[in-house]
Amino acid sequence: MPLPKFEYIAPTTLEEACRLLKDNAPSARVMAGGTDLLIKAKHKTIRPGIVIGLKKIPDLDLIKVERNKGLTIGATALLADVAAHRQIKKFYPAIAYAASVTANVQVRNMGTVVGNLCNAAPSADNAPTLIAMDAQVTIMGVEGQRTMPLEDFFKGPGLTALEPGEIVKEIFVPWPPAHSGVSFQHISPRGKVDISAVCVGATVVMEGNICKEARVALGAVAPIPMRAKKTERLLTGKELTDELLEQAGIQAAKEAKPISDMRASAQYRRQMVAVLTKRALAEAAKKA
Amino acid sequence: MKKEISIKVNGDIYHLAVDPWRTLNEVLRNDLNLTGTKLGCGTGDCGACTVLVDGRTVSSCLTLAVEVDGKEIMTIEGLAPSGEQLHPIQKAFIEKGAIQCGYCTPGMELSAYYLLKNNPRPSEQEIREALSGNLCRCTGYNKIVEAVAAAAEELASK
Repeated sequence: MPLPKFEYIAPTTLEEACRLLKDNAPSARVMAGGTDLLIKAKHKTIRPGIVIGLKKIPDLDLIKVERNKGLTIGATALLADVAAHRQIKKFYPAIAYAASVTANVQVRNMGTVVGNLCNAAPSADNAPTLIAMDAQVTIMGVEGQRTMPLEDFFKGPGLTALEPGEIVKEIFVPWPPAHSGVSFQHISPRGKVDISAVCVGATVVMEGNICKEARVALGAVAPIPMRAKKTERLLTGKELTDELLEQAGIQAAKEAKPISDMRASAQYRRQMVAVLTKRALAEAAKKA
Repeated sequence: MKKEISIKVNGDIYHLAVDPWRTLNEVLRNDLNLTGTKLGCGTGDCGACTVLVDGRTVSSCLTLAVEVDGKEIMTIEGLAPSGEQLHPIQKAFIEKGAIQCGYCTPGMELSAYYLLKNNPRPSEQEIREALSGNLCRCTGYNKIVEAVAAAAEELASK
């Protein structure tokens, strides 16, 4: 399956990349790892006239953990490097775990966390945990820089809030609050390598036995990775008993808007939302 | 417009002019005649095209040749550089009967090489996970896992 013809440019600054992207809209496409873009080009679902490679931009692959401040993951930081990063594993284990189960070894050595988000698949494995941890997206454009919550970044399957000439520079994840725990749960019929049929990210912040705050994000069960806000409200201010977690799972299943496709039926997905939400909350509470 | 690149493949340096849309897989197989690297799915799912770029396994079918300019590439032809003495991984694949049609073998062996370089004493589970990006359509997975375990032992005893 050969690639269609395109031009290739590798700018050395993000500003230049944004300018090239804007001047050559709509046929120019930005490429980090290429593991989604080149497949789409091969399948002719996109026809890039110009591919703008980001890998020559220095420090764009930055991974930085600042104690009591947060985690920064640059646009070209590899999934494999996020998955293996010592401090991410220590302070943000659910983020490292989600990166470690995205795709397969080879793709993790090429693909990026930010690329996984920008591709905006409803099933993006890195989205639920990051949304559950209130990640922010830093976007660079010709006019300058802006920041938005990741949960507002997704607009539909394959669609993001990016305007013409805009590129995601990095994502920032705030330092986890005291007495908080995070979990990522996913399921796919084919185990390790397949795209998730359902995935769930959950954060709980505890005060003694009481859940002070909960954030639950569901993947692959709606046009975008979505927050289950009614489920969150159900949990807030209560003791996380087995019974309440069961109810939270049922509530999340009600909030999900799954479809049937080759990976799973809508009915199966809905049931798995209940199971995985309960599991994610239980694990998050245990870690808190 | 063609771009000029310099790459080091299995220790040999090549200067090439390549079209920007050509993959590393095409350049290795068609320009350099290194046909040990296979092409399977072309979408990064099967692992038959696996090579190492700067020491890390990648799918050569999803790697643009222009993006490996200045990098070091290792293909299956580089696993046994002398061409006479096989690498312990290759020996183990033969001894354990881990090769059927052979199409997945180059990718499997390079994924095994990458695993053992980073984790010389893997558990069976770790071997299976490390090879999860390589499909064997003959389904001879158990023999392959046994071969990697045997190679790990052989390499560790050296």
